[in-house]
Amino acid sequence: MRRGSFLTVTTGMGAGLAIGAMLPTMRPVLAAVAGAAEPAEFSPNVWVHVRTDGTVKVMLSKSEMGQGIYTGLPMLVAEELDFPITSVVCEFAPAEDAYADKLFTFDMTTGGSTSTPDMWPVLRQAGATARAMLVSAAAQKWGVPAASCTTKAGVVTSGANHATYAELAPLAATLPVPTNVPLKDPAQFTLIGTSPKRMDVDAKVRGTARYGIDVVLPGMLYANVQKSPTFGGTVVSFDATAAKAVPGVVDVFPIGSGVAVVATNTWAAFQGAEKVKVTWKPGMTKGSPELFAEAEHLARTTTVVAGKVGPGDISQAQGKELGAVYKGPFLAHAPMEPMNTTVWVKSDGSVEIWSPTQVQSRTKAIGMQICGVTADKVQVHTTFLGGGFGRRLHPDFVVDAVEIGKHMSGKPVKTTWRREDDVKNDAFRPMAVNVIRAKIDAGKVVAWEHRKAEKSILRTWAPPLFKNGLDAFAVDSMTPEDYAFPNSITYYSDHDYAVPVGFMRAPGANWNCFVTESFMDELAHAAGADPLAFRLANMSEKATRARGVLQLATDKVWGHPLPGTTQGLALGWWGGAYSAVVADITLDAPIVHVKRAVIAVDVGRVVHPDIAFTQVQGALNYGLAMALSAKITLTKGVVDQSNFYDYTVLRMTESPQIVVHFVQSTADPRGIGELGVPAIAPAIGNAIFRATGKRVRSLPFKDALA
Amino acid sequence: MKQLTINGVDHTVDAPDDMPLLWVIRDMVGLTGTKFGCGVAACGACTVHLDGVAVRSCMTPVARAVGKKVTTIEGLSPDGTHPIQLAWVKDSVPQCGYCQPGQQMTAAALLAKTPKPSDTQIREALAGNICRCGCYQRIEAAVKTAAGVA
Repeated sequence: MRRGSFLTVTTGMGAGLAIGAMLPTMRPVLAAVAGAAEPAEFSPNVWVHVRTDGTVKVMLSKSEMGQGIYTGLPMLVAEELDFPITSVVCEFAPAEDAYADKLFTFDMTTGGSTSTPDMWPVLRQAGATARAMLVSAAAQKWGVPAASCTTKAGVVTSGANHATYAELAPLAATLPVPTNVPLKDPAQFTLIGTSPKRMDVDAKVRGTARYGIDVVLPGMLYANVQKSPTFGGTVVSFDATAAKAVPGVVDVFPIGSGVAVVATNTWAAFQGAEKVKVTWKPGMTKGSPELFAEAEHLARTTTVVAGKVGPGDISQAQGKELGAVYKGPFLAHAPMEPMNTTVWVKSDGSVEIWSPTQVQSRTKAIGMQICGVTADKVQVHTTFLGGGFGRRLHPDFVVDAVEIGKHMSGKPVKTTWRREDDVKNDAFRPMAVNVIRAKIDAGKVVAWEHRKAEKSILRTWAPPLFKNGLDAFAVDSMTPEDYAFPNSITYYSDHDYAVPVGFMRAPGANWNCFVTESFMDELAHAAGADPLAFRLANMSEKATRARGVLQLATDKVWGHPLPGTTQGLALGWWGGAYSAVVADITLDAPIVHVKRAVIAVDVGRVVHPDIAFTQVQGALNYGLAMALSAKITLTKGVVDQSNFYDYTVLRMTESPQIVVHFVQSTADPRGIGELGVPAIAPAIGNAIFRATGKRVRSLPFKDALA
Repeated sequence: MKQLTINGVDHTVDAPDDMPLLWVIRDMVGLTGTKFGCGVAACGACTVHLDGVAVRSCMTPVARAVGKKVTTIEGLSPDGTHPIQLAWVKDSVPQCGYCQPGQQMTAAALLAKTPKPSDTQIREALAGNICRCGCYQRIEAAVKTAAGVA
């Protein structure tokens, strides 16, 4: 199997992003069952299991990678069920169609901060349905009208009658499952909007939370792969003599991505993989300068229009013209848990996969394709994820593990990548070149033209979504609708090359907002206007939410920098949610120190305020890491960086004071995971300009300021 | 064969002298709370205590641990009640949680030596522990909570 060919086995992909298609499609098919190991239970749908031991089990179709769904999603059930969250237990759902998402990919996937918006109607309805049936059971048992029954904390009450859900579960399981049960008026919420203890915190502070890398099975072997140094490279021949001499190495064999080494422990597998002498047929041998030159040419010459307002022709406008070229590097996600997956191909042909994955359906499909078995033969077990940030939407590491597991049929094998394998073989945030120009007149932007070349992620990850040469993620935030530009046009060019690219926290926006919001600052300076006043003056009347975050972030802060610092501000957009950042910086070139970042966000209703707060804080830190010194570069097709000593990410000493403000909202919740990322880099760049007069048009800052 | 004492329990392992303590703990002894992050002592995820001193187990040859007391996150307290663990829960530090055993072992060693650390001491002690979720503000706050200097 060649690099990337797993993309042909995607299952259940829909035809579009279908935002808004949020009708709950419950499957009220399960009757009460009394499993051998599990307590007896009542399950009106695939999500909720009311058990006779006094607990409720909630099935999670989403992966927990730190974003807090392990707490936030069961809260949706517990709220409508009127059940104490402290007696809820969670289980990661199997890779079955019943758990497919309805907002993003139409299969089982966690990404795009869609988990809460996707599950908001589904899990509330699931909880409300279970509650209605428990009430019906109580009414039947007592011979009272259902309307006389109230529920609180897992107990149904009618007059002097009381019964726990556990007591009522067997009777409720015999009743028909109602449809379209009314949901609570949000004004009656008692749990949503509060911050109960995170349900995974105890395990995570005791070292007992099980990540993919912690899977242990009887007789398990351990593997690593020596991978091609260039992208698309293939094995011509190899000599395993030295590898086999490493104590513990049991097998050496070629797979699609390189040469696999299987051993009795991870260390032996790592050492063995290093010692295999491989003759490679090189793949792509281009370096970063060549790729940037190609991208700039593509950006300047593309005719693929991504969006247009008014004439869409800057030459028709009168005013002072400014233009600039912005260049962004490849970036690696570098989640703390290196890529790994455990596979057990059994003698009966069944395949079990344990994986820290964001894509259960694709993981299952990879098992089916490589092992040549049907869906019923493949079981996917989702573990906790040691960070995701989009990396684990790209299951190349699962392909390695399944190929190795198949070769070693009969024995479970855990394949673990070294950090170096991860840094050099990511599905990188694509490099980009943006060519932008605009005309201003009397403090207003009268025309705007924004061109970009970047390798499309969707073209290979979700081919049906790549239409007419256009990638919707790649152009996100290039021409924000919140600005009332009367004449604007946005062009995109797909830049094709062998380096794999993938979604990274706030895809599209994590680079485009840097360009858009830095260039707005350039225009404000040219207009002789304050950056805040200039943005407000150019904002659409309809842009109430963008105005809201801008005002909240700047209130009492803008114009009042911390002593000795300089301020910059920027807006950020992602997935229908809004943010604005004011950054206070000092400069010790080429090092920028961010002393304080004030961020305001509008994500609609917040399910768990403390988790939301830490998501914004953490995402801002992630955006800071992307901006300060991180970059992936290529020399003759080989990634120059290897590990955290040369792919440098944020450390505690570089992390600023972060102040987070939420716009109070009753709109349905939007995703919270990405929104802290996009505005921090342009806010810093704009502060650097104010401090020094130097406009930074490429990242990371450490290189741009050197 | 090597004799190791991990969390007060004696283990006999068949490991070469230069095998990193991390992989002995994880793959041979079966304690998986100690995490692999980088393999080059650059991220701190693998931090354990050797006779109470925080070390990066991914770069510590197992031979160096013979005759010393090894403490992992599982042995920091018998029931998750070390002041650092209580503070981590109170301040709700973990997001993905993967780096947290290493963060906590580093922080516990800091407080054992410096019970009332300054902000600078906290930040310098933890600068070697990377958190990609960006929990740094919470980690710093929790160390102060545990130290009673908040």
